Amino acid sequence: MAQDHAHDHDHDHDDHTPITAEAAPGYYEVMETAVREILIEKGYLTANDIRHQIEVLDSRTPALGAAAVARAWTDPAFKARLLENGRTACEELGISFYDDTQLIVLENTAEVHNLIVCTLCSCYPRPVLGLPPDWYKLKPYRARAVSEPRKVLAEFGTIIPDDVEIRVSDSTAVIRYLVLPRRPEGTEGWSEAQLASIVTRDAMIGVIPVTLEKEAA
Amino acid sequence: MNASPLASVVPALKELPAFSEGQRVRVLERAPIGHYRVPIYLRRHVGTVERVIEPAMIDNEEEGYGRNAGNRLHYYRVSFRMTEVWTRYDGSPRDELHIEIFETWLEQA
Repeated sequence: MAQDHAHDHDHDHDDHTPITAEAAPGYYEVMETAVREILIEKGYLTANDIRHQIEVLDSRTPALGAAAVARAWTDPAFKARLLENGRTACEELGISFYDDTQLIVLENTAEVHNLIVCTLCSCYPRPVLGLPPDWYKLKPYRARAVSEPRKVLAEFGTIIPDDVEIRVSDSTAVIRYLVLPRRPEGTEGWSEAQLASIVTRDAMIGVIPVTLEKEAA
Repeated sequence: MNASPLASVVPALKELPAFSEGQRVRVLERAPIGHYRVPIYLRRHVGTVERVIEPAMIDNEEEGYGRNAGNRLHYYRVSFRMTEVWTRYDGSPRDELHIEIFETWLEQA
Protein backbone atom coordinates (compact mmCIF):
# COMPACT_ATOMS: atom_id res chain seq x y z
CA MET A 1 0.00 0.00 0.00
CA ALA A 2 1.14 3.49 -0.76
CA GLN A 3 -0.15 4.87 2.52
CA ASP A 4 2.55 5.30 5.10
CA HIS A 5 1.09 5.29 8.60
CA ALA A 6 3.28 6.74 11.27
CA HIS A 7 1.04 5.30 14.01
CA ASP A 8 1.00 1.74 15.16
CA HIS A 9 -2.10 -0.33 14.39
CA ASP A 10 -2.96 -3.64 12.85
CA HIS A 11 -5.93 -3.17 10.53
CA ASP A 12 -5.96 -4.68 7.06
CA HIS A 13 -4.69 -2.14 4.59
CA ASP A 14 -6.61 -3.74 1.74
CA ASP A 15 -9.62 -1.98 3.22
CA HIS A 16 -8.12 1.27 2.06
CA THR A 17 -9.29 0.73 -1.52
CA PRO A 18 -11.02 4.05 -2.16
CA ILE A 19 -14.76 4.11 -2.79
CA THR A 20 -15.34 6.13 -5.91
CA ALA A 21 -18.55 7.44 -7.44
CA GLU A 22 -17.93 7.68 -11.14
CA ALA A 23 -21.47 7.57 -12.48
CA ALA A 24 -23.32 10.87 -12.72
CA PRO A 25 -25.89 11.29 -9.92
CA GLY A 26 -29.33 9.92 -10.80
CA TYR A 27 -32.65 11.75 -10.80
CA TYR A 28 -33.54 11.01 -7.16
CA GLU A 29 -30.05 11.71 -5.92
CA VAL A 30 -30.14 15.14 -7.56
CA MET A 31 -33.60 15.77 -6.10
CA GLU A 32 -32.44 14.74 -2.61
CA THR A 33 -29.47 17.08 -2.80
CA ALA A 34 -31.65 19.94 -4.05
CA VAL A 35 -34.29 19.47 -1.33
CA ARG A 36 -31.63 19.17 1.36
CA GLU A 37 -29.89 22.33 0.22
CA ILE A 38 -33.16 24.28 0.07
CA LEU A 39 -34.15 23.14 3.59
CA ILE A 40 -30.79 24.23 4.94
CA GLU A 41 -30.82 27.51 3.00
CA LYS A 42 -34.29 28.38 4.32
CA GLY A 43 -33.27 27.53 7.85
CA TYR A 44 -35.61 24.57 8.51
CA LEU A 45 -32.67 22.28 9.18
CA THR A 46 -28.95 22.64 9.63
CA ALA A 47 -26.32 20.47 8.00
CA ASN A 48 -25.48 19.29 11.50
CA ASP A 49 -29.10 18.19 12.12
CA ILE A 50 -28.85 15.94 9.08
CA ARG A 51 -25.44 14.61 10.05
CA HIS A 52 -26.69 13.92 13.56
CA GLN A 53 -29.76 12.03 12.36
CA ILE A 54 -27.53 9.81 10.19
CA GLU A 55 -25.49 9.14 13.32
CA VAL A 56 -28.72 8.21 15.16
CA LEU A 57 -29.72 5.77 12.42
CA ASP A 58 -26.25 4.23 12.32
CA SER A 59 -26.33 3.67 16.08
CA ARG A 60 -29.28 1.26 15.72
CA THR A 61 -28.47 -2.41 15.14
CA PRO A 62 -30.22 -5.77 15.59
CA ALA A 63 -28.32 -6.11 18.89
CA LEU A 64 -30.91 -3.75 20.42
CA GLY A 65 -33.85 -5.93 19.38
CA ALA A 66 -31.91 -8.98 20.54
CA ALA A 67 -31.46 -7.41 23.97
CA ALA A 68 -35.21 -6.82 24.23
CA VAL A 69 -35.95 -10.41 23.16
CA ALA A 70 -33.47 -11.84 25.66
CA ARG A 71 -34.99 -9.73 28.42
CA ALA A 72 -38.47 -10.94 27.47
CA TRP A 73 -37.28 -14.56 27.59
CA THR A 74 -35.90 -14.16 31.10
CA ASP A 75 -38.33 -11.67 32.67
CA PRO A 76 -42.03 -12.57 32.34
CA ALA A 77 -43.17 -9.18 33.65
CA PHE A 78 -41.08 -7.40 31.01
CA LYS A 79 -42.40 -9.75 28.34
CA ALA A 80 -45.96 -8.85 29.31
CA ARG A 81 -45.15 -5.14 29.03
CA LEU A 82 -43.35 -5.68 25.71
CA LEU A 83 -46.38 -7.42 24.22
CA GLU A 84 -48.71 -4.78 25.65
CA ASN A 85 -46.75 -1.81 24.30
CA GLY A 86 -43.54 -2.54 22.41
CA ARG A 87 -42.43 1.04 22.31
CA THR A 88 -42.67 1.90 26.00
CA ALA A 89 -41.09 -1.44 26.98
CA CYS A 90 -38.13 -0.84 24.65
CA GLU A 91 -37.84 2.71 26.00
CA GLU A 92 -37.44 1.15 29.47
CA LEU A 93 -34.25 -0.46 28.14
CA GLY A 94 -33.02 2.91 26.85
CA ILE A 95 -33.97 2.38 23.20
CA SER A 96 -35.44 5.71 22.08
CA PHE A 97 -38.00 6.09 19.29
CA TYR A 98 -36.93 9.06 17.25
CA ASP A 99 -39.49 8.68 14.45
CA ASP A 100 -42.94 8.85 16.11
CA THR A 101 -43.75 5.24 15.25
CA GLN A 102 -45.45 2.77 17.56
CA LEU A 103 -44.14 -0.78 17.99
CA ILE A 104 -46.23 -3.92 18.18
CA VAL A 105 -44.31 -7.01 19.26
CA LEU A 106 -45.68 -10.26 17.85
CA GLU A 107 -45.02 -13.42 19.80
CA ASN A 108 -44.26 -16.65 17.97
CA THR A 109 -45.78 -19.67 19.68
CA ALA A 110 -46.34 -23.35 18.96
CA GLU A 111 -49.56 -22.31 17.17
CA VAL A 112 -48.63 -19.06 15.41
CA HIS A 113 -45.65 -17.99 13.30
CA ASN A 114 -45.35 -14.27 12.52
CA LEU A 115 -43.72 -12.71 9.48
CA ILE A 116 -43.16 -9.01 8.80
CA VAL A 117 -43.23 -7.19 5.47
CA CYS A 118 -43.94 -3.74 4.07
CA THR A 119 -45.59 -4.12 0.69
CA LEU A 120 -45.65 -0.38 -0.04
CA CYS A 121 -42.02 0.45 0.66
CA SER A 122 -39.65 -0.49 3.46
CA CYS A 123 -41.33 0.26 6.83
CA TYR A 124 -39.16 -1.50 9.37
CA PRO A 125 -38.59 -1.26 13.14
CA ARG A 126 -35.47 0.84 12.61
CA PRO A 127 -35.22 2.16 16.18
CA VAL A 128 -34.68 -1.42 17.41
CA LEU A 129 -33.15 -3.18 14.36
CA GLY A 130 -31.32 -0.50 12.37
CA LEU A 131 -31.54 -0.47 8.58
CA PRO A 132 -33.43 -3.26 6.80
CA PRO A 133 -31.63 -5.86 4.68
CA ASP A 134 -31.74 -5.28 0.91
CA TRP A 135 -34.02 -8.24 0.22
CA TYR A 136 -36.62 -6.77 2.58
CA LYS A 137 -36.87 -3.69 0.33
CA LEU A 138 -37.01 -5.55 -2.98
CA LYS A 139 -40.27 -6.27 -4.80
CA PRO A 140 -40.06 -10.09 -4.89
CA TYR A 141 -40.06 -10.36 -1.08
CA ARG A 142 -42.65 -7.60 -0.66
CA ALA A 143 -45.08 -9.10 -3.16
CA ARG A 144 -44.62 -12.74 -2.25
CA ALA A 145 -44.54 -12.48 1.55
CA VAL A 146 -48.24 -11.55 1.55
CA SER A 147 -49.39 -13.93 -1.19
CA GLU A 148 -47.30 -17.07 -0.69
CA PRO A 149 -45.61 -16.73 2.71
CA ARG A 150 -45.03 -20.46 3.15
CA LYS A 151 -43.01 -20.66 -0.07
CA VAL A 152 -41.01 -17.59 0.88
CA LEU A 153 -40.26 -19.05 4.31
CA ALA A 154 -39.25 -22.37 2.74
CA GLU A 155 -36.72 -20.51 0.60
CA PHE A 156 -35.20 -19.21 3.83
CA GLY A 157 -35.07 -22.85 5.00
CA THR A 158 -38.02 -22.42 7.33
CA ILE A 159 -40.71 -25.07 6.99
CA ILE A 160 -43.84 -24.24 8.95
CA PRO A 161 -46.14 -27.23 9.64
CA ASP A 162 -49.67 -26.89 8.27
CA ASP A 163 -51.18 -26.89 11.75
CA VAL A 164 -49.24 -23.74 12.63
CA GLU A 165 -50.94 -20.53 11.55
CA ILE A 166 -48.89 -18.06 9.53
CA ARG A 167 -49.67 -14.47 10.40
CA VAL A 168 -48.18 -11.93 8.02
CA SER A 169 -48.09 -8.33 9.22
CA ASP A 170 -47.94 -5.73 6.46
CA SER A 171 -46.67 -2.49 7.99
CA THR A 172 -47.74 0.52 6.00
CA ALA A 173 -48.29 3.58 8.17
CA VAL A 174 -47.41 4.36 11.78
CA ILE A 175 -46.98 0.94 13.35
CA ARG A 176 -43.78 -1.06 13.17
CA TYR A 177 -43.59 -4.73 14.04
CA LEU A 178 -40.97 -6.89 15.75
CA VAL A 179 -41.23 -10.66 16.06
CA LEU A 180 -40.56 -12.16 19.48
CA PRO A 181 -39.12 -15.54 18.42
CA ARG A 182 -39.54 -18.72 20.44
CA ARG A 183 -36.78 -19.43 22.90
CA PRO A 184 -34.95 -22.56 21.68
CA GLU A 185 -34.70 -25.65 23.82
CA GLY A 186 -31.33 -26.25 25.42
CA THR A 187 -30.93 -22.67 26.62
CA GLU A 188 -32.16 -23.25 30.16
CA GLY A 189 -30.05 -21.37 32.66
CA TRP A 190 -28.41 -19.16 30.02
CA SER A 191 -27.64 -15.57 30.92
CA GLU A 192 -29.45 -12.70 29.20
CA ALA A 193 -26.27 -11.84 27.28
CA GLN A 194 -25.84 -15.44 26.09
CA LEU A 195 -29.43 -15.52 24.93
CA ALA A 196 -29.11 -12.18 23.13
CA SER A 197 -26.11 -13.54 21.21
CA ILE A 198 -28.23 -16.13 19.37
CA VAL A 199 -31.09 -13.79 18.42
CA THR A 200 -30.58 -12.64 14.84
CA ARG A 201 -32.10 -9.90 12.72
CA ASP A 202 -33.81 -12.40 10.42
CA ALA A 203 -35.42 -14.17 13.38
CA MET A 204 -36.90 -10.84 14.50
CA ILE A 205 -38.32 -10.28 10.98
CA GLY A 206 -39.74 -13.79 11.22
CA VAL A 207 -38.05 -15.50 8.27
CA ILE A 208 -36.14 -17.98 10.47
CA PRO A 209 -36.42 -19.35 14.00
CA VAL A 210 -33.72 -18.78 16.61
CA THR A 211 -31.44 -21.80 16.75
CA LEU A 212 -28.37 -22.66 18.79
CA GLU A 213 -26.21 -22.89 15.67
CA LYS A 214 -26.48 -19.11 15.26
CA GLU A 215 -24.42 -18.56 18.37
CA ALA A 216 -21.16 -18.09 16.48
CA ALA A 217 -22.69 -16.07 13.66
CA MET B 1 -77.72 10.25 44.06
CA ASN B 2 -74.80 12.33 42.84
CA ALA B 3 -73.66 11.29 39.38
CA SER B 4 -69.94 11.61 38.83
CA PRO B 5 -69.03 14.62 36.70
CA LEU B 6 -66.93 12.18 34.67
CA ALA B 7 -70.12 10.56 33.40
CA SER B 8 -71.21 13.75 31.70
CA VAL B 9 -68.07 14.32 29.63
CA VAL B 10 -69.02 14.65 25.98
CA PRO B 11 -66.29 13.62 23.52
CA ALA B 12 -65.65 15.73 20.45
CA LEU B 13 -66.78 14.55 17.04
CA LYS B 14 -64.46 11.85 15.68
CA GLU B 15 -62.63 11.63 19.00
CA LEU B 16 -63.83 8.09 19.63
CA PRO B 17 -63.03 5.21 17.29
CA ALA B 18 -65.79 4.43 14.77
CA PHE B 19 -65.13 0.69 14.82
CA SER B 20 -64.51 -1.71 17.66
CA GLU B 21 -62.67 -4.95 18.22
CA GLY B 22 -64.26 -7.95 16.58
CA GLN B 23 -66.25 -5.84 14.11
CA ARG B 24 -66.31 -6.88 10.45
CA VAL B 25 -65.08 -4.13 8.15
CA ARG B 26 -64.64 -3.72 4.41
CA VAL B 27 -61.72 -1.87 2.85
CA LEU B 28 -63.14 0.73 0.48
CA GLU B 29 -62.48 0.34 -3.19
CA ARG B 30 -61.04 3.68 -4.18
CA ALA B 31 -58.25 4.69 -6.46
CA PRO B 32 -56.99 8.06 -5.25
CA ILE B 33 -54.25 9.77 -7.16
CA GLY B 34 -51.20 10.58 -5.12
CA HIS B 35 -49.99 9.33 -1.79
CA TYR B 36 -51.87 6.44 -0.23
CA ARG B 37 -51.13 3.85 2.45
CA VAL B 38 -53.60 1.07 1.68
CA PRO B 39 -52.20 -1.57 -0.67
CA ILE B 40 -54.35 -2.27 -3.73
CA TYR B 41 -54.46 -6.02 -3.04
CA LEU B 42 -56.65 -5.43 0.04
CA ARG B 43 -59.22 -3.03 -1.39
CA ARG B 44 -62.82 -4.32 -1.26
CA HIS B 45 -61.83 -7.23 1.02
CA VAL B 46 -63.57 -7.88 4.31
CA GLY B 47 -61.65 -8.38 7.55
CA THR B 48 -62.03 -8.23 11.31
CA VAL B 49 -60.85 -5.44 13.60
CA GLU B 50 -58.23 -7.03 15.87
CA ARG B 51 -57.24 -3.94 17.76
CA VAL B 52 -58.04 -0.25 17.87
CA ILE B 53 -54.69 1.52 17.84
CA GLU B 54 -54.57 4.26 20.44
CA PRO B 55 -54.13 7.14 20.44
CA ALA B 56 -55.80 8.66 17.39
CA MET B 57 -53.23 9.83 14.86
CA ILE B 58 -53.07 12.17 11.92
CA ASP B 59 -53.81 10.82 8.47
CA ASN B 60 -50.50 9.84 6.84
CA GLU B 61 -51.94 10.37 3.40
CA GLU B 62 -52.82 13.99 4.16
CA GLU B 63 -49.61 14.52 6.08
CA GLY B 64 -47.78 13.66 2.86
CA TYR B 65 -49.03 17.01 1.53
CA GLY B 66 -48.44 18.95 4.73
CA ARG B 67 -52.11 18.91 5.78
CA ASN B 68 -52.29 17.86 9.42
CA ALA B 69 -55.01 19.95 11.04
CA GLY B 70 -58.30 18.32 11.87
CA ASN B 71 -57.64 14.91 10.41
CA ARG B 72 -56.86 12.95 13.56
CA LEU B 73 -58.67 9.60 13.53
CA HIS B 74 -57.92 6.04 14.56
CA TYR B 75 -55.90 3.33 12.93
CA TYR B 76 -57.18 -0.22 13.21
CA ARG B 77 -55.22 -3.43 13.10
CA VAL B 78 -57.39 -5.54 10.80
CA SER B 79 -57.00 -9.25 10.09
CA PHE B 80 -57.92 -10.97 6.84
CA ARG B 81 -58.07 -14.66 6.00
CA MET B 82 -55.43 -15.37 3.38
CA THR B 83 -57.95 -17.58 1.59
CA GLU B 84 -60.35 -14.60 1.40
CA VAL B 85 -57.71 -12.29 -0.07
CA TRP B 86 -56.18 -14.82 -2.49
CA THR B 87 -58.61 -17.19 -4.15
CA ARG B 88 -55.85 -19.66 -4.98
CA TYR B 89 -53.98 -19.36 -1.67
CA ASP B 90 -51.70 -22.32 -1.05
CA GLY B 91 -51.45 -22.90 2.69
CA SER B 92 -53.43 -23.44 5.83
CA PRO B 93 -56.98 -21.97 5.80
CA ARG B 94 -56.08 -20.46 9.19
CA ASP B 95 -53.29 -18.30 7.76
CA GLU B 96 -53.93 -14.59 8.16
CA LEU B 97 -52.77 -11.21 7.04
CA HIS B 98 -52.71 -8.33 9.52
CA ILE B 99 -52.40 -4.68 8.59
CA GLU B 100 -53.07 -1.23 10.01
CA ILE B 101 -55.72 0.76 8.17
CA PHE B 102 -56.83 4.34 8.75
CA GLU B 103 -60.48 4.94 9.57
CA THR B 104 -61.22 6.80 6.31
CA TRP B 105 -60.59 3.57 4.37
CA LEU B 106 -63.08 1.36 6.23
CA GLU B 107 -66.79 0.77 6.25
CA GLN B 108 -68.92 -1.61 8.28
CA ALA B 109 -69.29 -4.94 6.47
